[in-house]
Amino acid sequence: MADEIRQIINDHGRLPVAVSELAADANLYQAGLTSHASVNVMLALEDHFDVEFPDRMLTPSVFESIASIEAAISELRSSARTL
Amino acid sequence: MSVSIDRDQAFLDAVRRIADEHAAPNADAVDRDARFPSETFAALREAQALSAFVPERLGGAGVGFETIAAACYELGRRCASSAMVFAMHQIQVATIVRHLEDADWHEGYLAALAQEQRLIASATSEVGTGGDMGRSIAPVLRSDDGGCTFEKQAPTVSYGNEADDLLVTLRRSPEAEQSDQVLALVRGDQTTLEQTGTWDPLGMRGTCSPGFVVRATFAPEQILPAPFSRAMAESMVPVSHVLWSQLWLGIATDAFDRARAFVRAAAKRSGSDEPSPVAVRLSHLMSELSLLRAEVDSGLGEFLADSEEPGRERLSTMAAALRFNNLKIAASEQAPRVCQGAMGVCGIVGFKNDTPFSVGRHLRDTMSACLMIANERIHQTNASLLLIAKDL
Repeated sequence: MADEIRQIINDHGRLPVAVSELAADANLYQAGLTSHASVNVMLALEDHFDVEFPDRMLTPSVFESIASIEAAISELRSSARTL
Repeated sequence: MSVSIDRDQAFLDAVRRIADEHAAPNADAVDRDARFPSETFAALREAQALSAFVPERLGGAGVGFETIAAACYELGRRCASSAMVFAMHQIQVATIVRHLEDADWHEGYLAALAQEQRLIASATSEVGTGGDMGRSIAPVLRSDDGGCTFEKQAPTVSYGNEADDLLVTLRRSPEAEQSDQVLALVRGDQTTLEQTGTWDPLGMRGTCSPGFVVRATFAPEQILPAPFSRAMAESMVPVSHVLWSQLWLGIATDAFDRARAFVRAAAKRSGSDEPSPVAVRLSHLMSELSLLRAEVDSGLGEFLADSEEPGRERLSTMAAALRFNNLKIAASEQAPRVCQGAMGVCGIVGFKNDTPFSVGRHLRDTMSACLMIANERIHQTNASLLLIAKDL
């Protein structure tokens, strides 16, 4: 999943650095992710993983790193399976 | 509980008295001469009002946020510039208090603020960022002795010449991206301000907000330890929008009160059985004022509920950002509408600057509201957030 997330950030995040060089826990905002680009990343993530981020997850901390995004998507997928 | 209610009530009574006795009689002169409302602030300092929101353990009064909001409203009814300076100071104080996280330097600073009644201004806007508070160009520079410096081109610093200290947004380092910011509190004796422009605006003239080149030398621990994104989302932005909207409501309420006084005076003279056309216009105006009051009050109520711990992260959600952005947009558009309506009721005596029914100052002061962080910029942000936010 991390590779897919990296690809989406690469395509939509408009980062000034190469996504491949970022650690999983690197802060994406510090890497130059703007709030507008982050919305495009969120839309692409929802589309790609077929999930919807609820409002409680739509905070900067959830989208601050590849690892935190992965954790959020995993949580959404596991709660979807238990339904 | 009753102790805190008494304390908040005593503070609010003091602010009301200062608004009547110091802000109101000087409001026209402050406006005419575009000068700082020094009489109001001498009295506010005397009443220890600048540290009202500082916790009691650090020497402040520790009043509730809703009482600070009410104080902005009361000052706004008497002198908009006094209210705006007071609100801006409280925004800086609230940002530090709400994100203190036991930072020793900042606790010591707040104790000094309470002791000396220090006034904090802010330098958040910057030449070259297009009004985007979420970006900074000027970086924190580290010197060889471990200290920090910066030089920032600020297009406006409200009451920069009158403030004791400055809360500044900066880029974390010369290598950092513009969105990677920190908040530093620099003291007046560490800072030089080189004024770069003049100050002769349409309204809010007493806020004295020209441009400056700001330079400071300071210690690394003066940078607020809390993450910038949280301080911005949970405090700086919503507190600004809540307190500004309160004082705009105060200005609009006074304009309405003046229109009502005009209609009452006219009714006494005429002695007619039917309400006059201006009395009916006043009724229309009341419903406009009610809309403004409803939005401003509900915005405050939701901010207080979202600020309850645990769970203050709620304020970082997109739904909350949209909510408090809309408060700002709605109040900043409705307040001048009410003031213009009041002028329509009062007619020429409202248009003239030297009658008991003058509302020109009110109209000019509220016209600044849609520019303080331009509404179009906020709409741009909202447009992005609306694409992804769910439960509005």
